[in-house]
Amino acid sequence: MNRYHAGTYDVIVVGAGHAGVEAGLAAARMGAKTLMLTISLEGVAFMPCNPSVGGPAKGVVVREIDALGGEMGHNIDKTYIQMRMLNTRKGPAVRALRAQADKQLYQRKMKKTIEDTENLTLRQGMVEKLIVEDGVCKGVLVATGAEYRAKSVVLTTGVYLKGKIIIGDLQYESGPNNMQASVKLSENLQELGFNLVRFKTGTPPRVNGRTVDYSKTEIQPGDDAPLAFSYDTTEFLKEQIPCWLTYTNPETHRMIHDNLGRSPIYSGVIVGTGPRYCPSIETKIVRFSDKNRHQLFLEPEGKETNEVYVDGLSTSLPEEIQRRLLTTIPGLENAEMMRPGYAIEYDALVPTQLWPSLETKKIKGLFTAGQINGTSGYEEAAGQGLMGGINAARKASGKEPIILDRSQAYIGVLIDDLVTKGTNEPYRLLTSRAEYRLLLRHDNADLRLTELGHDIGLIPEERYQRFLAKKQLIEQEKARFSAMTIKPSEKTDALLKQKGAAPLREPMKADRLLKRPELDYQDVSTLMPPSDVAIPDDVAEQVEIQIKYEGYIEKQLQQVEKMKRMEKKKIPQDLDYDAIDGLATEARQKLREVKPISVAQASRVSGVNPSDISILLVYLEQGRLARKTG
Amino acid sequence: MDYDTIAAVSTPVGEGAISIVRLSGPEAIPAADRLYRGSEPLTKVKSHTIHYGKIVDPGTEQVVEEAMVSVMKKPKTFTREDVVEINCHGGLMSVNKVLSLVLDQNVRLADPGEFTKRAFLNGRIDLSQAEAVMDVIRAKTDRAMSVAMNQMEGKLSKQVRALRQDLLDILAAVEVNIDYPEYDDAEVVTGRLLFEKASSVEKKLNGILSTAKQGKILREGLSTVIVGRPNVGKSSLLNYLAHENKAIVTDVPGTTRDVIEEYVNVQGVPLKLVDTAGIRDTENIVERIGVERSRKVLESAELILLILNYNEALTDEDRKLFQAASGAETIVLVNKTDLRPRLDLDEVKRLAAGKPVIPISLLHENGIDDLERAIASLFFDRGVASAEEAYVSNTRHIALLKQAKSALSDAIAAAKEGLPVDMAQIDVRRAWDILGEIVGDTVSESLIDELFSKFCLGK
Repeated sequence: MNRYHAGTYDVIVVGAGHAGVEAGLAAARMGAKTLMLTISLEGVAFMPCNPSVGGPAKGVVVREIDALGGEMGHNIDKTYIQMRMLNTRKGPAVRALRAQADKQLYQRKMKKTIEDTENLTLRQGMVEKLIVEDGVCKGVLVATGAEYRAKSVVLTTGVYLKGKIIIGDLQYESGPNNMQASVKLSENLQELGFNLVRFKTGTPPRVNGRTVDYSKTEIQPGDDAPLAFSYDTTEFLKEQIPCWLTYTNPETHRMIHDNLGRSPIYSGVIVGTGPRYCPSIETKIVRFSDKNRHQLFLEPEGKETNEVYVDGLSTSLPEEIQRRLLTTIPGLENAEMMRPGYAIEYDALVPTQLWPSLETKKIKGLFTAGQINGTSGYEEAAGQGLMGGINAARKASGKEPIILDRSQAYIGVLIDDLVTKGTNEPYRLLTSRAEYRLLLRHDNADLRLTELGHDIGLIPEERYQRFLAKKQLIEQEKARFSAMTIKPSEKTDALLKQKGAAPLREPMKADRLLKRPELDYQDVSTLMPPSDVAIPDDVAEQVEIQIKYEGYIEKQLQQVEKMKRMEKKKIPQDLDYDAIDGLATEARQKLREVKPISVAQASRVSGVNPSDISILLVYLEQGRLARKTG
Repeated sequence: MDYDTIAAVSTPVGEGAISIVRLSGPEAIPAADRLYRGSEPLTKVKSHTIHYGKIVDPGTEQVVEEAMVSVMKKPKTFTREDVVEINCHGGLMSVNKVLSLVLDQNVRLADPGEFTKRAFLNGRIDLSQAEAVMDVIRAKTDRAMSVAMNQMEGKLSKQVRALRQDLLDILAAVEVNIDYPEYDDAEVVTGRLLFEKASSVEKKLNGILSTAKQGKILREGLSTVIVGRPNVGKSSLLNYLAHENKAIVTDVPGTTRDVIEEYVNVQGVPLKLVDTAGIRDTENIVERIGVERSRKVLESAELILLILNYNEALTDEDRKLFQAASGAETIVLVNKTDLRPRLDLDEVKRLAAGKPVIPISLLHENGIDDLERAIASLFFDRGVASAEEAYVSNTRHIALLKQAKSALSDAIAAAKEGLPVDMAQIDVRRAWDILGEIVGDTVSESLIDELFSKFCLGK
């Protein structure tokens, strides 16, 4: 193949899935001349798995992406067919939005946004090789011979690296949904000395909705209240499309059991490690043999298609078995299967090879984000893509990377977990992975991150001013509550009684009264003279949460303070752990591998115990003193 | 630099010499002040001054020690933080008691070498001394590790692991509700359910804490009082126990001057016999061991040996003693069984209300084996692990267990108040983490493992 010089950019993004689109858009919006290369333009922002965005933890990530100036929130708000707020009966820390997406529309809108973006070129092309000179990534080489040069490169290759689809006995090289797999790039990464692992994931069959008998299923409608992921969104869908719930049964299970011999997972064909939180139906039935039914959600894939995603029935059984399985399920007895479910194996990078900036330790200027880093899920990919894009653009203009810490964002938790602990299965965010869950709420993502998004250059001035006004209003309203005294009166008692709260014995400040679990913002504000300015719902929500849970929030903030002190103690990248006397052998090995950037990160490396941290602290202090005294 | 406040006994553990409980950190002075009763509060005194006063249990105002307390404000201190040193002249017990009171004041037990480490990190020690600091941390950590390992094999770690599993069950159930709100097979954890489950764990935690208390008793002796009217045989019993078991007599000056303690070992149970001076001082026996006075001593006793005279009918004084002893572990001894019975044994049994009643004759040394067995079974049947529990790690464990307990209490209070379950859960999680420090495991990954092994999750 004849090589030719095809162009020079600040940032090149390889891949245009959920990580790639965020990386490309962020870099371009920050002013970097950016090129996005994808195997197929049909694959931009493609959702090969479930047609939904958000959910616990993941939904908060989408809000964070939006607060930082990313695109996922905008795009899903333009293309959803149903939206729900989850965990509304629980505390504010765990509420989460989830939307069902119109898959095709989602892709089309995202592609158009990219095409409309200045500084951003979207081009079809299969990257086969990285151009690396003296340990620095200088560009990429495309199968057509095109050689692109750039200051930084972001790999967001998803499950395409040596992707292999498996359906029963059938196996073939492929990306998701029969897209072309990327083989040579994976080999190139190995040659460059990267450590790769083999992971596996899967999808369920799709059926034609016209042939589903919904009367045998339970309806799952969206919420009536207008909901949105993006803080910019002002328009909401009028007509939502419901999902439907049905169940497997003993007959389904028997059929699966009888055919386990033909299941690639149990016959040993599949070698990749699958995610525990997204098991195939075969795995569910084997591991939880005492359960006589499993939930299946029938999720429409869009408005202009009849395809329905049978969520919960992920499988790699042979097509023939899949078709028979469907007939055992209430509502699906006569359903026409349009595509079979499949398992897909792919190569991923061991993520401890990355700095928290998502730059690889081995090759400067090379960043990786998304499923290539061992995660799973659109939101996890998008969050990394955004950070990878931001840091690639900053690198190109000689700036320090932006690293979110664990108390700032779920995205920070996600990346810190990956680069500090690695993962031995496709990684999914869960709320329990966050130690400061109460701070990382769905409702306060803007308060946490808009400032930063503005600093980076991704939040436009108009939106930033709007944000500042909101912030100020929250403080004003909180001050009004703490200044106002509510006196016992008939009106007060009547309200308290109606809410099942104890009557007031003596005058009480409004903020203290709001702390009572039975009362909310609206209740207490009716006992106060009306505010001079209108208080929007999102401001009222902040006031309520911040006052009500002040004690808990305070407690977590104290823990964060402690962590931040250790976060501030930086460890030089070239620290020679072998020179530190007294480190336990296991700790030494792990630290050498992970190369934590701070003492806090070091303390989160598994196998490193508190006495190792003490020794490390003393050693670092020694070095500081030595330099000072010369 | 702003760390939390730490404390430890900074002198080698031993009898006789002055022992110093040292506190360092931002809370050192207010924390010590809460225990200190002197002419002026420690928060008001000048830096680098020393003060005489009493150290009390702030809950009961009971005096535990007379002490000289020095207050040194930062930065001119060893650690460059506020430092308070409480000089105790009592033995091991009073130092321990002072330390444990200090640790109840939101002060953490210092890790081995931590004062030195802070001194170093705060720039107090120069470079040439740094190596020595490393050695201190290493050596002490190694020793602490081996002690910890020994304990880990024991009962405590087993019990703590079981408790953590209970907490993990709660956590996993709450997490499933949060992360998989549509999953229909997990129990919905309501505030009430969390309240019940957390309370049951708290109860078990209290059980462990009480055995931890016994571990402490094994080191310090079971505070034991012999009571009874004049002439029932108190001094004979004391003499017998002391003689047979080679009593060690220690003077504890500075508390109540005339209280003398003697240590005896009864079938492996160390008894700290309190107020033996009163018993031995036979001349003034009636005045000194009046019922009123006995009652005072009784309040602080962990074991009461109540002696009755078989040869005399019960008096009101005896009955009052029963009443006074009702709150503590008591063994009733009916002495002088060699003489004619004049005692109404049925009434004694009724008054004893299930406590052991043992007939003995100190004169003929009859029934003494029964007494010793009763003491031993009273003690060991409550499940004490090993008599070799280490001083440092044990105090650390107790402190952690108390922290875990307080976290759980917070969770229970929150659930009771009607706060959302995921709020109360924050404190359950904290309790779980703290207990993890005892058994050396705080990795949250195990919570996630629990989720996926227990529930069939994921679509």
